[in-house]
Parts: sequence; structure tokens; C-alpha cells
Amino acid sequence: MSWISKTLSSSIGRKIIMATTGLFLCSFLLVHLLINLQLLRHDGGASFNFWAEFMGTNPVIRFMEIVLMLGFAVHIYQGLALAVKNKQARGSQGYVSNHSEQNSQWSSRNMALLGTLLLIFLIVHLMNFWIRSRFDAFGGLAEVRVPNLDHPVGDLYSVAAASFKIPWYVALYALAQIALGYHLWHGFRSGFQTLGLSHRKYTPAIYYTGYVFSVGMAVLFAIIPIIMFFSAEYQPRPATAQPVEQSLTEEPALR
Amino acid sequence: MAGSNPNAKPMNLTLKVWRQKNRITDGGIVDYQVKDISPDMSFLEMLDVLNEDLLRKGDEPVAFDHDCREGICGSCNLFINGRAHGPEQGTTTCQLHMRKFSDGDTIVIEPWRATAFPINKDLSVDRSAFDRIIQAGGYVSVNTGGTPDANEIPIPKDVSDRAFEAATCIGCGACVAACKNASAMLFVSAKVSQLALLPQGHVERKTRVENMVAQMDIEGFGACTNIGSCAAECPVGISLENIAILNQEFISAKATSNNLA
Repeated sequence: MSWISKTLSSSIGRKIIMATTGLFLCSFLLVHLLINLQLLRHDGGASFNFWAEFMGTNPVIRFMEIVLMLGFAVHIYQGLALAVKNKQARGSQGYVSNHSEQNSQWSSRNMALLGTLLLIFLIVHLMNFWIRSRFDAFGGLAEVRVPNLDHPVGDLYSVAAASFKIPWYVALYALAQIALGYHLWHGFRSGFQTLGLSHRKYTPAIYYTGYVFSVGMAVLFAIIPIIMFFSAEYQPRPATAQPVEQSLTEEPALR
Repeated sequence: MAGSNPNAKPMNLTLKVWRQKNRITDGGIVDYQVKDISPDMSFLEMLDVLNEDLLRKGDEPVAFDHDCREGICGSCNLFINGRAHGPEQGTTTCQLHMRKFSDGDTIVIEPWRATAFPINKDLSVDRSAFDRIIQAGGYVSVNTGGTPDANEIPIPKDVSDRAFEAATCIGCGACVAACKNASAMLFVSAKVSQLALLPQGHVERKTRVENMVAQMDIEGFGACTNIGSCAAECPVGISLENIAILNQEFISAKATSNNLA
């Protein structure tokens, strides 16, 4: 199978890996955003907890979680490795004077930097939410009862509500979305170009979709912690020994 | 001077020029003053004035590549004030005129910087990596025999136009110089898409793209990150669409060629 490894290790092959994993990660962002938006419902987190439980237990999703992690790992490794290779291609002596801002966009030239910032954010983010919701040893979750399910579920909503009352945490989340927006601004359209999907009829649509996608993702992801910080509506539930009953219309724990 | 502008005032300039003895030694920026430069001169003529001054003083002249001085050969390649071929769009260094600068300006002049383009001396770089990429597949094999009729092979006008646009690449290397990754993708894509568009190129279509990309990687050029600075600095306006065509050609060749190696 040497032709496969040769293809994937060539410069274009490595870019194809970046493009396919990158566009796959975009689809993950969309799902993540839709579930995050449930946080803003005025139901004390019942919908959010319902979907968090679904994502944590559905076998298809659990399988895709592994694919997603591989996608992240490959995208991060390949991105950093390519950044090093590309730096070496310039040589040890760079330009004394280089006005690349006159021929290209800042975000396009700084994908590795933006990606590294996102990696740092990702580690902080996973440590706070993902590890806690999957492994009881790292804090675990309080239990609540949500409508339509006959068993208690983890109260991930309270973790989010408590986290987004911490100013530096909200600032970190909001700022990380700027890096995400710039990363997607270049990455979305660039992925299509790398896959050879360029056509004078469709490429303008891909560009505009990418711009709307990147700004939309950044703004909507950033606005959730900001709203939860400033609004008194979103409060973590006080710790109790018994699972709390939640409904989609009212929030008993706060009454 | 015939055709010159009588109102154009001669300029005095400060040049910061990269000087480097040979491939092995380190180089550095050296400052020079040039006086009474006519705005009608080309950039290379201005450098000729500098070199005459240096020769008169008994100094070594600045080495730089040039040949036709008509913007066709792709020999002249200077990184001027942080831009490949200088500040003007769609121009080679030889077609850049001093009227684009002002009296008293400081101009930084550097060679192309890429591991695959070692510096011979001063501003002259070795671009034979491009030749080896072309040798790897940037050609069409033709059998000898009688002269074929013109227009024997019908080619739609828009296809031949697109192939011709790609064929205008002069191989100057500005794409590599401008690219943050020193990637040669625009150069390679221009040749690959030109020959992929035409029926004459179809015989070697798959091996061509496989071999040219392999040679490009061997030479040590970087990978394309679709920044677009190559197309922005290209003196003949080769478009990024060619890189997408190269990617398409590469993917389909790798998926369908009989080459197992």
C-alpha cells in the first residue's frame, strides 16, 4: 500500500488531510453550537441537560466522539508539522523587509498561530466540561431529572452556569472565539480550494458561506457565556443529595 | 532622452542591498547612495548606475539576474521593499520604473528567499529547482513524422484561452518568494493545468502531475496554505484557480493511475 502512504505524505496529500479534517471539525462546531444555544432557554437547563445526556450516551455519537478526537489529533499534528516544514522552506535567513500584508490576509498567514491559541483553549475547555462529564473522578456531575427521560441525568448546565459567572473564564471564552472566527475565515474556503473544489460558478458562494459561517460561529459561541454572565436568569443549582425534578416550562430548584 | 518627461526631476536614493560573496558565506545589508537617477529609468538601469559607480571606486559590482529586460524571460527577480518585483502589480523588476519611487526614498533590495533557491551571489539566486520540476513532467512527448495540419485537433476557444493564460507563466519564482511557505504550487499548477486542459497533454496527464509534485517536494518547497500572495504578486497574473486544478489532477491521478510506487 505504499502508494497510499506516498500520496498522504506528499505536500498536497498532507494539505488534503488538513482540509478533510478541518471541514469535518466544522460540522462538529455546528452541532456543538446548536446544543450550546439550548443553554439560553429559560428552562433551568432542562433542554441542555437532555441533549448533553444524549451526546454522552447515544452509541452513534459515542462512536463519532472517537472519530472526532482522531480528527482533532490529526488536524493538530499535521498543522503543526506543516508549519515547521513550511518555515524550513523559507530558510534560516528570512526577509529583512517583508510587506506580506499588501498581498494577503492576516488570518491566512497566521493559521498556525490561531490554531495554537485554539489548542490552548481546547485543553482548558475539555478539562472543565468534557473530562468532568465523562469521568466521575474529575468532579463528576450532580444529578437532575429531565422530562421525557426515566432516569436521572448529569447536570452539566450547572457547571456551565457556574463557570460563566467567573469573569476571567467568560473573557477567555469570548476571546478564544475571535481566534476561532479568524481561523474559520481562512480555513473554510481554503479547505474547498485544497480539495480542488474551485469553480467560477460556485467558489463565490463557498467564500460567502465561509465568511457567514466564521462570523456566525464566533459571535454565537461568544455571546452565550456573555449573556449567562450578565443575566441573573442563569444560575447554577445548589448542591443537593437528591436528584432535582426539572421541567421544560418552569425551574423548581430556584423557586 | 527620446520620450522622456522633461519635467521629471532626477532623484537621489538610499539603497539597502543584500550583499553575499557566495553560497557558503553569510550575507548582510549594505547601504549605498545613488544620485541623479532619472524617473524614466527602469529599476535595473538604476542598479546599472550603482554598479558603474562601484566599478569606478574599485568595488565589486552587485550581482543580479537579468536577461531580456522586456518582462518576458523571467530572469530578473528582486524582492524590493518587502514585495516580489517591487510595489507595482503585474510587473517584473525590469518593467518597474523609477517613477514609482520618490526622491529621497530608501529602497531595500533582497534576493528571493527559499531553501530551494540557494543564493549564488548578492541578489542572484539559483532557480534550477524549477528546471528540474519541468524536466520531471512539464512537457509533451511528440512523435516525429510529417507535419500535422494546423487545427487538426479541435480545441474550444475558451479551453485554449484558459490553457494560454496558464502558459504565460515565465517561471520567475515570484510566487515562491512571496509565499510565506516558499511554496512552488502556483508555478507547478500553471504548467500542470495548461497541459491538462489541452488534448496534446492528455497522454502523460497522470504521470506528469505525480512526477512534478514529487520533484517539487524533493526540492524542498513548502506546502500551499491557500494564502493567495503568490497570485497577488505574480507578474503575469496566474490565478489561484490553477492550484485547485492541480489539486484535482493530483487527487484523480493518485486514485486512478497504474503507478503503484
